[in-house]
Amino acid sequence: MEQPEQESVTSLQQPEPVAEPQAPPVPEPQGYAEPGSPVFDAEKVSCYYGSFRAVTDVSLSIYENEITAFIGPSGCGKTTVLRTLNRMNDLVAGARVEGDVRYRGASLYGKDVSPIAVRRNIGMVFQKPNPFPKSIYDNVAYGPRINGEHNRGKLDEIVERSLRQAALWDEVKDRLKASGLGLSGGQAQRLCIARTLAVEPDVVLMDEPCSALDPIATSAIEDLMRDIKSRYTIVIVTHNMQQATRVSDRTAFYSVLRNEESDTRTGVLVEYGRTQQIFEDPQDPRTEAYVTGQVG
Amino acid sequence: MAVTAGQQPSLREEKGWRRTKNRIATVLMVVAFVLVLIPLVLVLITVVARGAKIISWQFLTAPIPPSVAPASEGGIGPAILGTFLIVGLATVMAVPLGILGAIYLNEYGGKGVLARLIGFMADVMTGVPSIVMGLFIFSIWVLHFQFSGFAGALALGCLMLPVVIRSTDEMLKLVPNPLREGSYALGATKARVTMTVVLPAAIGGIVSGALLAIARAAGETAPLLFTILTVTTANPNPFKGPNTSIPSQIFSNATSAFTGAQDRAWGAALTLIVIAFVLMLAARIITARFTRYSR
Amino acid sequence: MTQQTGPAGTAGPARPLSQRRPFGDRSFQIITLGAGLLVLVILVLIAVSTTQQAAPWFKAEGWGIFGKTWNPPSNQFGALAFIYGTAITSAIAIIMAVPVSVGIALLLTEVVPYRWARPIVYVIDLLAVVPSVVWGLWGILVFVPWIAKIYKSIGSAVTGIPVLENLFGPPTSGASFFTAGIILAFMITPIVTSLSREVIATVPAIDKEGAYALGATRLEMIQGAVWPHSKGGIVGAVLLGLGRAMGETIAAALVIGSSAVITSHLFAPGDSMPAVIANQFPEATGTFRAALIGLGVLLFAFTIIVNVIARLIVGRAIEQGSA
Repeated sequence: MEQPEQESVTSLQQPEPVAEPQAPPVPEPQGYAEPGSPVFDAEKVSCYYGSFRAVTDVSLSIYENEITAFIGPSGCGKTTVLRTLNRMNDLVAGARVEGDVRYRGASLYGKDVSPIAVRRNIGMVFQKPNPFPKSIYDNVAYGPRINGEHNRGKLDEIVERSLRQAALWDEVKDRLKASGLGLSGGQAQRLCIARTLAVEPDVVLMDEPCSALDPIATSAIEDLMRDIKSRYTIVIVTHNMQQATRVSDRTAFYSVLRNEESDTRTGVLVEYGRTQQIFEDPQDPRTEAYVTGQVG
Repeated sequence: MAVTAGQQPSLREEKGWRRTKNRIATVLMVVAFVLVLIPLVLVLITVVARGAKIISWQFLTAPIPPSVAPASEGGIGPAILGTFLIVGLATVMAVPLGILGAIYLNEYGGKGVLARLIGFMADVMTGVPSIVMGLFIFSIWVLHFQFSGFAGALALGCLMLPVVIRSTDEMLKLVPNPLREGSYALGATKARVTMTVVLPAAIGGIVSGALLAIARAAGETAPLLFTILTVTTANPNPFKGPNTSIPSQIFSNATSAFTGAQDRAWGAALTLIVIAFVLMLAARIITARFTRYSR
Repeated sequence: MTQQTGPAGTAGPARPLSQRRPFGDRSFQIITLGAGLLVLVILVLIAVSTTQQAAPWFKAEGWGIFGKTWNPPSNQFGALAFIYGTAITSAIAIIMAVPVSVGIALLLTEVVPYRWARPIVYVIDLLAVVPSVVWGLWGILVFVPWIAKIYKSIGSAVTGIPVLENLFGPPTSGASFFTAGIILAFMITPIVTSLSREVIATVPAIDKEGAYALGATRLEMIQGAVWPHSKGGIVGAVLLGLGRAMGETIAAALVIGSSAVITSHLFAPGDSMPAVIANQFPEATGTFRAALIGLGVLLFAFTIIVNVIARLIVGRAIEQGSA
């Protein structure tokens, strides 16, 4: 009688390890029970495109169920860092990552890690909405279908749920067969978000999701982000500082480091902390210069 | 034009040799166009005029009579059957392989040496004379397996393959990269990205290119001379025995002294042109309606 | 994989990160590579198999393959007459087609407003889609009898005039080098036109505008801005047309006259490599057949060389143009 009690007590206090029947070759990501525990741990990450070092020694942690914003001037590597989180940089010829990114304790760049599997856990929404030239329904159902779900009933459920989460359902529920290309900018971006949510990822990465949208559409997307925060961890790259203050819990400020002798530039993480602190009490002079609008 | 003080600048068109030369040049360019318009119109008019009077359902289905028979007898049924079978087989072989080859060039090979070599040689291969393809299949197949519709299909397939590769490659290039990224970001493998997003997006242009390749193959005669051994009896089995096709019949009738045979040749020519035009039209319609990749 | 309560917001584990590359993905890549390699394989096989079949001819004649006499009954297979015929008809075709094609290309890119361009392009496409055998049929049944009379009058008109007599004087025949050249010109115009258009389209607009801004007429702009930029590429386009003309078989076979002679008289009947192969193959055996296939080998070699050079030139011109 005591034993079961003991077990339940310990399971509250310790993170529960993934129970696999056989020891996997790759340490599998562990689920953390408490919100606010790190989902990503980046350790001295540097990204190269060929011999060009785009980003140098970035170390930070992204926390569960938070919205983390990457801000900074153009060319500072914030999108590059974002794309290391779901291994999208693999698609660029000559791209290389040094250092490590741990996702729930497991290295994303380990030897046996499959980028495909990584991307099923960590989704991405792009700067310019890129709906597939398929129907709205097929756009959202695409992810579940390639994951093996073919049951029509289940797909209907998933499509509706994802479109609701993306605050698009009411607008398109009567025309699910219409082409995804026919939507306005804001709707198309919400469609892309629905598409990403349909596979139920753990994390949603967003690369300047509102920069191609008008203010009303932007506001809708920001509301969406706040709504889904409780179920997902979100990392957003934005060049709009007001947006960062509106939606994010933490903010990372990147900047460009110039090496005068070798005439090279590289992106670095200057400061990282709670959004309020970054904007109201920045510690680094560069941060202060940027957030007060002195630098572009 | 220099303006001297006190003079009103002249904005009227300059007279003289420069203007005349320009006008002559423009006229010459228009003349060039007319020069190609004339033979095209002449050929089409002749084919339609001489061919239309012999076309009938009987003509399209009846067996091929001896050359001396008058125009009212017989038809080119076996030739139409042969063309459908042979070109159909060639299409089934060349189009999928061509699409796969283009996928390699565009999605996997990229700028690598092998891909550039294959792309370059595919372009060169479109310039190989069709008669050489016929001699090739003769040497490598017919000598071992005798004449057959299939041999003809092999020759036509070799002609179609580089054309399909090139046109498909162009279409795949047009698919914007953000579509691929969107698919990768959802955890798709490269094969899946290609088959479920890239190909469907490009399918309009691909089909249109394939139709044009088919139109070209349907009109080819030379490669068939050495592979199907033109006969006049219908042969529904493309894998065994000689066969015939519409262009083959036109060729053998063109040199005939008998007006009946010549008339049949005109009728066959009209049939061939109609087939080619229909395919071309279909290609245009498909291109216009089915190629939209992004908002 | 353990239970999937959904990773978001619960203690559930995320999906596993390791996965062997799916078998389907790898085999797909291999299949596409195989399809691509097929191009190279076929080209090599063409060269090898046809040369093999033509070997008896090469062996029997040695350098005599370029001999002047082609007489199958007495086992003489010198191909010079056909090489000559191919060269002459192609040259005639090029001389006639190039100015016309370049003219149309310029018409389309510089002169006509956009709305008129589409119908003109349709006409060119229609021209391209007429099958070779239909050109040949019309050629021999309609064009040849008509032009035979014209040749005759020209022939008698130039009798006595030194050079012209040798070129255009009798013997004349409707089916001749010149007729074949004309028909070939019709057939290669579409490809030369469309490639020239591609090349001319890479001329930067600022160059053209610069010329106009100096008060140039359109002709002067073409001479000054378009021509220097695209002449390389147009040469490539012309070479491609040449390759096509050299290999064109059926139309030539029907209207060239099928007479294996080397003569300067352009209105006289002649023969060309593809035409003789097409016309005489059915009855050929042994060395005769090897000779015909050997002509095919020569044709293959010539057209490959011309096409490689042409593609290199066109490729470079377009690259440089859009750089």
